[in-house]
Amino acid sequence: MDIALLIEWSVKIGIVFFILMTALAYIVLLERRLLGFIQMRLGPNRVGPFGLLQPLADGIKFFFKEEIIPHEADRALYILAPMVALIPALTTVAVIPFGESVTVSLWGYTREIGLYITKVDVSLLVVFALTSMGIYGIVLAGWSSNNKYSLMGGLRSSAQMISYELAMSLAVVGVVVFSGSLDLTQIVKEQMNTWGGIIPKWNILTQPIGFLLFLIAAIAETNRVPFDLPEAETELVAGFHTEYSSMKFAIFFIAEYANMVTASSMATLLFLGGWHGPFVKELPLLGPIYFTLKVLFFLVLYIWLRGTLPRFRYDQLMKFGWKFMIPVAIANVVLVAGLALLLF
Amino acid sequence: MVPLSWYLALSAVLFTIGAVGVFVKRNVISIFMCIELMLNAVNLTLIAFSSYYREISGQLFVFIVMTVAAAEAGVGLALVIAVFRNRQSLDADDANLLKL
Amino acid sequence: MEQAFFLVLAVLSVGAALSVVIQRSPLYSAFSLIGLFACLAALYVSLQAQFLGAIQIIVYAGAIMVLFIFVIMLLNIRKDAQVLDKHRYLWVLGVPFGLVLAIEVLYTLSKVAKVSIDKPAIGDSQSIGYGLYTTYLMPFELTSILILLAIVGSVILARRDDEKEEN
Repeated sequence: MDIALLIEWSVKIGIVFFILMTALAYIVLLERRLLGFIQMRLGPNRVGPFGLLQPLADGIKFFFKEEIIPHEADRALYILAPMVALIPALTTVAVIPFGESVTVSLWGYTREIGLYITKVDVSLLVVFALTSMGIYGIVLAGWSSNNKYSLMGGLRSSAQMISYELAMSLAVVGVVVFSGSLDLTQIVKEQMNTWGGIIPKWNILTQPIGFLLFLIAAIAETNRVPFDLPEAETELVAGFHTEYSSMKFAIFFIAEYANMVTASSMATLLFLGGWHGPFVKELPLLGPIYFTLKVLFFLVLYIWLRGTLPRFRYDQLMKFGWKFMIPVAIANVVLVAGLALLLF
Repeated sequence: MVPLSWYLALSAVLFTIGAVGVFVKRNVISIFMCIELMLNAVNLTLIAFSSYYREISGQLFVFIVMTVAAAEAGVGLALVIAVFRNRQSLDADDANLLKL
Repeated sequence: MEQAFFLVLAVLSVGAALSVVIQRSPLYSAFSLIGLFACLAALYVSLQAQFLGAIQIIVYAGAIMVLFIFVIMLLNIRKDAQVLDKHRYLWVLGVPFGLVLAIEVLYTLSKVAKVSIDKPAIGDSQSIGYGLYTTYLMPFELTSILILLAIVGSVILARRDDEKEEN
């Protein structure tokens, strides 16, 4: 195997992992500050300037907290659960492209580097496969804690995930039909053209219904407000992670935020043209910056929703999923397929 | 390159384990899972053949087997819930009246 | 390299399969089965069937097994039913039966396993879609009817009979 390739991969993985972990820590801070702003209070602002060192302090605190495993818990599964939640959430990033490619010259040695970790020709399916595995962490945690609130949280979560995964996949079918590929890079390339040189051909403009469906289903998949029933604190204490403490609890949090980042990146890639923006052809390094900005937009949207919307009731959630989301998604698939027949 | 016979041997072993499982398990859900295991062993054979004979049909069969397995899981688990509701037990021997 | 990869996956999947059968708790069986499905998906990818590898994870591990686990949790089954004495003979019968079956299957497969090709067929989404909508259109459409039947059937089976309960 090529040594240079091996180095390239390791460096890319290292950089992406470092950025992702830092970003996750600061999204938590952003969420707390923004929520504070929405609720007319200050939020954490004591540690460092503007509270910027707060994530560090939180991390240290988590490390030194006492680790409690309930007496009647299923020990092996209890310890396994946070890992099962975290691993798929972080693995997904491997197939998400965040730019086209850049040419790097270092000590007179030139090399073209693709801005993705791996390239799979069914990367969209891989992302779906991995996100559907994420549910097991929650289910295992709910079961192994041997606590009725946790069990309820796990049960609700599995029902919710099955229901909304369907709607999410159906919403994406439209995009796949239009771009004729399951490769995320290819899907982004299809959105490169413009109408009249100004309006970009992003999928959000050609299929707004699909976009809305995807956004709602993605929020449900990541267990965020208003679909945060698995951890509804007012009824289930804290749902599946009631019994977790210390770093294990923190790992569930990291997994949740990593899933949020994945969902936002998917929305960006599928509907908002990925890394496209003005002057990106002349300066390929702008690509990742545009990509980050778009992802950040979705993350702020997540937080904004949390600050404004109340939680669904369980039966409302199921009714909404099966009686509204899925029929509309199917109608959207039929519509898009008909349009594609007419256009191509 | 891995020889075809290795894949076939593996799938034979998996199929047998599944069949023995159907024999020795008494819990309806466990029996069901062993049947899924057998289906998957067959899928592995089909894909191995399809790949080594350069013929895509085998993979299409697997595609259809997966659909059938999904339908089967839906109906089967509905049956399990109905039986449990009436008998409060999941033992296959308790559900021997040919009705719910 | 490839052979080592295959051997590791084979050992893992046989271990997972044994664990499905041996575990007493259905939930542990279910998780072993998920492990097995993951190993099989990796084997599919090694056989150049990437599309089916991804579908294997999405359909089996992501949907079917979630359904199983949902039912296990809903009925809250912590352990298998107590083993009765009359069930002990099942193992005595089952294992020899399994051995006979294994020999039989291995013999049959050894008759056909004489092929070796350097470059396997590639199962990407395009060729699978093409096959599905040309040669195998009829079975494909029939499966959709099967799914419709399964939907109706499971709804009828799992529904609580409200009228009967009132009377």
